[in-house]
Amino acid sequence: MGGSFDESGADLELVGVTKRFPGFTAIENLNLTIPAGSFFALLGPSGCGKTTTLRLVAGLEEPTAGRILIGGKDVTATKPHQRPVNTVFQSYALFPHMTVLANVEFGLKRRGISNAQALAHEALRLVELDHVAGRKPSQLSGGQQQRVALARAVVNRPALLLLDEPLGALDLKLRRQMQLELKAIQSEVGLTFLHVTHDQEEAMTMADTVAVMNKGRIEQMGAPEELYELPRTSFVANFLGQSNLFTGPVVESAADSITVEVAGVGVKVPRERAQRHAGEVTIGVRPEKLTLHTSKPDSVAGLNVLGPGTITDVSFTGVSTQYLVQIPGLPAITVFAQNMAFGPVAEQGAEVWVSWRVEHGFGLADEADPEPRFADDDDTRSIAVQRRQSLEVELDEA
Amino acid sequence: MAFGAFANSGPDLSASAPRRRSYVALILLAPGILYLIATFVAPLGSLVLTSFKEPGGNFEVGEYVYAFRWENYAEALGRFGEIFGRTFLFSLLATIFALIISYPLAYFIGVTLRRFPLWQSLVLILVIAPFFISFLLRTLAWKAIFSDEGPVVSFLQAIGLFGPEQYLNGTAFTVVFGLTYNYIPFMTLPIYASLERLDLRYVEAGGDLYAGPVQRFWRIILPLSLPGVVSGTLLTFIPASGDYVNASKDFLGSTNTVMAGNVINDLFFQSFYPVSAAVSILLMIAILIPVIAYVMKSGSEDLL
Repeated sequence: MGGSFDESGADLELVGVTKRFPGFTAIENLNLTIPAGSFFALLGPSGCGKTTTLRLVAGLEEPTAGRILIGGKDVTATKPHQRPVNTVFQSYALFPHMTVLANVEFGLKRRGISNAQALAHEALRLVELDHVAGRKPSQLSGGQQQRVALARAVVNRPALLLLDEPLGALDLKLRRQMQLELKAIQSEVGLTFLHVTHDQEEAMTMADTVAVMNKGRIEQMGAPEELYELPRTSFVANFLGQSNLFTGPVVESAADSITVEVAGVGVKVPRERAQRHAGEVTIGVRPEKLTLHTSKPDSVAGLNVLGPGTITDVSFTGVSTQYLVQIPGLPAITVFAQNMAFGPVAEQGAEVWVSWRVEHGFGLADEADPEPRFADDDDTRSIAVQRRQSLEVELDEA
Repeated sequence: MAFGAFANSGPDLSASAPRRRSYVALILLAPGILYLIATFVAPLGSLVLTSFKEPGGNFEVGEYVYAFRWENYAEALGRFGEIFGRTFLFSLLATIFALIISYPLAYFIGVTLRRFPLWQSLVLILVIAPFFISFLLRTLAWKAIFSDEGPVVSFLQAIGLFGPEQYLNGTAFTVVFGLTYNYIPFMTLPIYASLERLDLRYVEAGGDLYAGPVQRFWRIILPLSLPGVVSGTLLTFIPASGDYVNASKDFLGSTNTVMAGNVINDLFFQSFYPVSAAVSILLMIAILIPVIAYVMKSGSEDLL
């Protein structure tokens, strides 16, 4: 056993990883590279395979196919305790029979590091909990336990730190605070962080790179601003913030833009912001990019205008007001307007037009799903299939 | 399951309960207290008094009068000191063997079979099943199996490990074997109750923190199942120390394997009540001291 730390964070590489459970496939042919020292977030709804990915990296599950490399070394066949990886578990999993200090020391002692106690105290000071070192985990609050779990993992200076929705159980205020602390710790110690979450705001505020996962695949990966401003699929457009999506045929294809016919009106999208340039395409625009007009705006180059429509709902959310606009032949359009002046600029039932600048539009690679936004693997039918198959396996073994 | 009660130390509610004198509580406790006085305190007092009695004036067998004859204790210790030592040794060995056999069994039922509830219940029933047959009958069955013409001795003689005049019944081996066999369910069930509740996420976390399988067992699984181990060892050691069946010459023992329980039994039926009572009290003290020390050391004071 080597009694020393890794010099720095390490690259994580997943090559063609597939994980099948009886009855369903959790991950399908996943290829992913996370560069050393980055804060990477896997974002997706429950059942999308993000926690399974994390458990595969930690070694708690074995992949059905594919390889996992940490710092260039193939660790696919190694056991969890042999991997230079530590996890902050969703349940924290602090050992209830040990003190906080013993919990933090645990990993160091298993690796035979000499000044374990001093390092553990240092890690506890980092999370500002050194004063409770002698207590048992059950005597701490949820937020404190979360910080101990973080200290217990960080103290080992793993090449790769895995975070499994560690902030899920915290209230909003504490969560914000912990997000900032986590980010600070990450830049301070320079580890590679792999953070799994279903909270898009958390992923966007903390991570350098966000990968949006759906049904065992990565839909899109990139910097948070990039993902938000230029979603490539309807899933990303709707999971990461809100989007207004319109589907129609491409009627004109120019050098710098394409024109899509939406409810009888041509809508322009920059060519480089559209994934497809012919046939039926789905285009979209973010609600805060839209402007409401109570009279028909003059048609100006570089501006898309839709309308007239009727405001069907107005809700005040503090910083902004959210309007729902119904234009005949289109799905309801959401508009966020900053509350620059007092009160809403238009009443419910008013006749309005919406406009946005051409460069704010985007074109998707797939078509907007008329179905609910994301169908989980846990619908009744697939659960029934899983149940039956696991029962069959059990009967075979019996 | 009643055994679960031993495995769970639970939160200490007494500390937070209001310290208000309540007659209702006393009334509710009264039947229990009266029952304890009638069936525990009174017999114990009677036992102590009996242990100091001396023979009556008529010198008839079984006639004793109240006195303070402490020599009963000297006699008990002097005559049966060696037997006390043997009782302790046999019970300890039986407890250790039962633990070695029961822990993996309990782990198998409580953890490995967790995903197969049907199998879990089935194996659990197998552990309890021996209770459906009389304890005496099962011990006699072992006597037959270990008998001089029985399969075990014949086999050992056939492979040359035993000479033609060597036998098993009546040896320390058969007595410790009988004790171990008879108390295995009492060891298995509390440990099972502890392990069945073991949260495997702690074990996963241990693996994540560089602990190999051996370290995970010693540092996580065993400490978390310790309440079950303590209950199980107590439920084995205490009754084994007072056992008078296995070591009896009618079952698996002989005059060379006499334990304290046999002495008390014999003395009682020979009407030597005061010495019999003195041996009982000495045995009780001899068990209580190591048990209290053990429980304090294992940090399970809640059991006391």
